[in-house]
Amino acid sequence: METAKKRMLSGNKAMAEAISQEMERDPNVFVLGEDIGKYGGIFGSTQGLIETYGPERVLDTPISETAFIGAAIGAAAEGMRPVAELMFVDFFGVCMDQIYNHMAKIPYMSGGNVKLPMVLMTAVGGGYNDAAQHSQTLYATFAHLPGMKVVAPSTPYDLKGMMTSAIRDDNPVVFMFHKSLQGLGWMDQLDEAVGNVPEEAYTVPLDKAAVVREGNDVTIVGIQMMTHYAVQAAEKLAEEGIEAEVIDLRSLAPIDKDTILTSLKKTGRLLVVDEDYLSYGMTAEIAAIAAEEALYDLEAPVRRVAVPDVPLPYSSVLEDFVIPGKEKIYEEVKSLLEEG
Amino acid sequence: MSISEEKKTAVPLEKMKWMYSEMVKIRYYEDQMVEVYSEGKAPVFNIGAGTVPGEMHLATGQEPAAVGMCAHLTKEDTVTAPHRPHHHAIAKGVDLKKMTAEIFGRKTGLGKGKGGHMHLFDPAVKFSCGGIVAAGIPHAAGAAMAARMKGTDAVAVAFIGEGAANAGAFHETLNLAALWNLPLIVVVEDNAYGISVPKKASTSVESNDKRAGAYGIAGAYVKDNDPVAMYKASEEAVTRARDGQGPTIIEIETYRFLGHFQGDPELYRDKEEVPGLRQQDPILKLKKQLLDSGMEDAEIEKMEKAAKQEVDEAYEFARNSEFPEADDALRDVFTS
Repeated sequence: METAKKRMLSGNKAMAEAISQEMERDPNVFVLGEDIGKYGGIFGSTQGLIETYGPERVLDTPISETAFIGAAIGAAAEGMRPVAELMFVDFFGVCMDQIYNHMAKIPYMSGGNVKLPMVLMTAVGGGYNDAAQHSQTLYATFAHLPGMKVVAPSTPYDLKGMMTSAIRDDNPVVFMFHKSLQGLGWMDQLDEAVGNVPEEAYTVPLDKAAVVREGNDVTIVGIQMMTHYAVQAAEKLAEEGIEAEVIDLRSLAPIDKDTILTSLKKTGRLLVVDEDYLSYGMTAEIAAIAAEEALYDLEAPVRRVAVPDVPLPYSSVLEDFVIPGKEKIYEEVKSLLEEG
Repeated sequence: MSISEEKKTAVPLEKMKWMYSEMVKIRYYEDQMVEVYSEGKAPVFNIGAGTVPGEMHLATGQEPAAVGMCAHLTKEDTVTAPHRPHHHAIAKGVDLKKMTAEIFGRKTGLGKGKGGHMHLFDPAVKFSCGGIVAAGIPHAAGAAMAARMKGTDAVAVAFIGEGAANAGAFHETLNLAALWNLPLIVVVEDNAYGISVPKKASTSVESNDKRAGAYGIAGAYVKDNDPVAMYKASEEAVTRARDGQGPTIIEIETYRFLGHFQGDPELYRDKEEVPGLRQQDPILKLKKQLLDSGMEDAEIEKMEKAAKQEVDEAYEFARNSEFPEADDALRDVFTS
C-alpha cells in the first residue's frame, strides 16, 4: 500500500490555519482578544494572522474581557463573525455575564430573530503546575448553561475541522482547546499534540463523538487529555487481552448520546473520565444518560474518574494525584471488569 | 436673545414636532401600561399575576433622553437600552404592535413571548435591550465596530441609567471605544436614583460627562430634562461619531415620575418629590414651545390623537394575540 506523505501540524497551527482560511473566505470573520496580534495568541492559536490580515481584523484588546466579549456579541448581532479569545477559561469570572446572560440567551429571548454567529475560544487544562486559577477545564460549567455549543477537540485534525465548523455555525460556540495539545515549545512535548492535518479547508461536526478505538469489553468515555490517556490505558489493557472501546466525546453540548449508547449495548460496561471536577459534571451527565437509557445494557455499575472536588493544586505530587492519568484509568477498568 | 434660546430656535420645526409626537406616544404608552399592569394584581399584588406579569420599569418623565437622541438616528444606527426600555424602543421605531405583544407574552411578540418587557429585540431597526445593568454598552461598541468594518457611517448608542456608570462594563468599554475611536455614544439618564440609592451616594463625580476626560473623549451635560437641549447635544455627538471623531458621553438630568418598578413603595423619597417633578413636565414645556413657534392647538391635538391611536392599536393587537404553545419553549435555543 502506498503511504502518501502526511502533512503534520501542531494543534495551535491547525487552529490558526482554520481561522486564517475562514478569514480568507469570509470578510466578516475577525479575531479579537488579548495578545492575539503580534504575539500570535499566548497558546499560538492566532499565529500568523495579523501578518496576513492586519490589525483591522486581528485586534489586540486591553485586559477588558467584558468589553471585548460584549463587543463581539454586538458585532455578531450585526452579521459579523467574531472569534474572541478568552485567554484562560479560568478568567470567565470577570466576564461571565456577557457569556451566559447575553451570548447564550439573546438568540432565545429574541425568539430566534437575532443570531450570534461567534466563537469564544479559550484555553483549558492543567498538568503543568499553574495552580488553581490557571489549570481548570470547566467543561461542565459552560455545558450546563443552555444556548452555547461547547466543544473541546482532542486532535489537530479536529481542532482545525471543528474550528472551521464553529466559525461557519450561526450559533455561539465555546471552543475549548487544551493547552497540552497545542504543541507549545514551553510545555511537555506530547505526541498527541501533533497530527495529520489536510491543507484544504474541511469541517468536522460540532455534535458528534468519535470512537477512537474499538473494543468489546468496556467503554471508556473521555475528552481531550482524558481521551488520550484512555487510549494509552487501552493499549496496556490490550496486552492482557482486554479490548476497551474509547470514545472521544469532542462535543459537550450538544452531547452525542447515540455514540455512547451504541457502544454500551456492545460492551455493557462504562467508565467515564474527566479532567473537570467530579460532582455535577460531565461524568455525572454521562452516567445519568446510561442510567436513563441503557440501564439494562449494563453489566456493572458505572464508574467515574475525575478531579476529586478540590481546586487544582500547584505542587506536582498533588496535581498528579488529582488529575486522572493512564494508570488510574487502567486500574479502574481492571476493577470494573471484575464486577458483575 | 440668550445663547440657549438661540440654540432652541435652531431646531427644525419638523424635528420639534416629531419629538413632541414621540413623547406623547411614550407617555401615553406608559400610562396605558400602568393600567394594564394593574389588571389582575388586586386586591393582592402578586408580581406574577395579571395581564402583564413580571417586573415592569416605566419611563414616564424620561422621554427627552430618548427623543432628543433618536431624532438623529436612522434604522441603520444601533440602540441598546437597559431594563427601562420603552421610551428608547418607541423613539427608535420598534414595531409597537410586536413590542406590546411581547410584553403581553404572546406568540406575535418580538421574541415570540420568550423575552418580555426587559428583553426586546427588533433587528429591523437595530434595537435591543436587556435586564443586566451596563451590559448593553459593550454590545453597542460591537455594533459600532461592525459599522466601521463594513464601511458604513452608522453609529451606535447605549442608553444607560446613572447607576450603570459605576459598573465595570462602562469603564472597560469606554476605554476600548476611545482607544479604537469607535462611533459610540453613551447616554447616561440621570433619574437621580439607582432603584433607591441617590446618585450622590453612589457616584464619585457630580455628573458622568466629567468622566469623559478619563478616556480622552468628549462629554456633554444636559440639564432640566430638556428635549431641545438633548437634541442639540445629541446632534453634536452623532455628527462627531459619524465623522470618525470618536465616542461621546452625554449625561442628561431626567426625572422618574414613577417608582423603580411598578409596585415600588418608594419609601426612599419624599412624598412631595414627584408632584414637584410633574410640575416640570417636559411634554408640557415642549408643547409651549410649539405653540410659541406658531403652531395651532388643533394641529397639536391632531398629532396627539394620532400618537395615541397608534398606541391603542398596539395594545389591542397584543390583547387579541394568541399565547405561544407551551412546547414552543423548546425552540430557538439554537438556530438551525
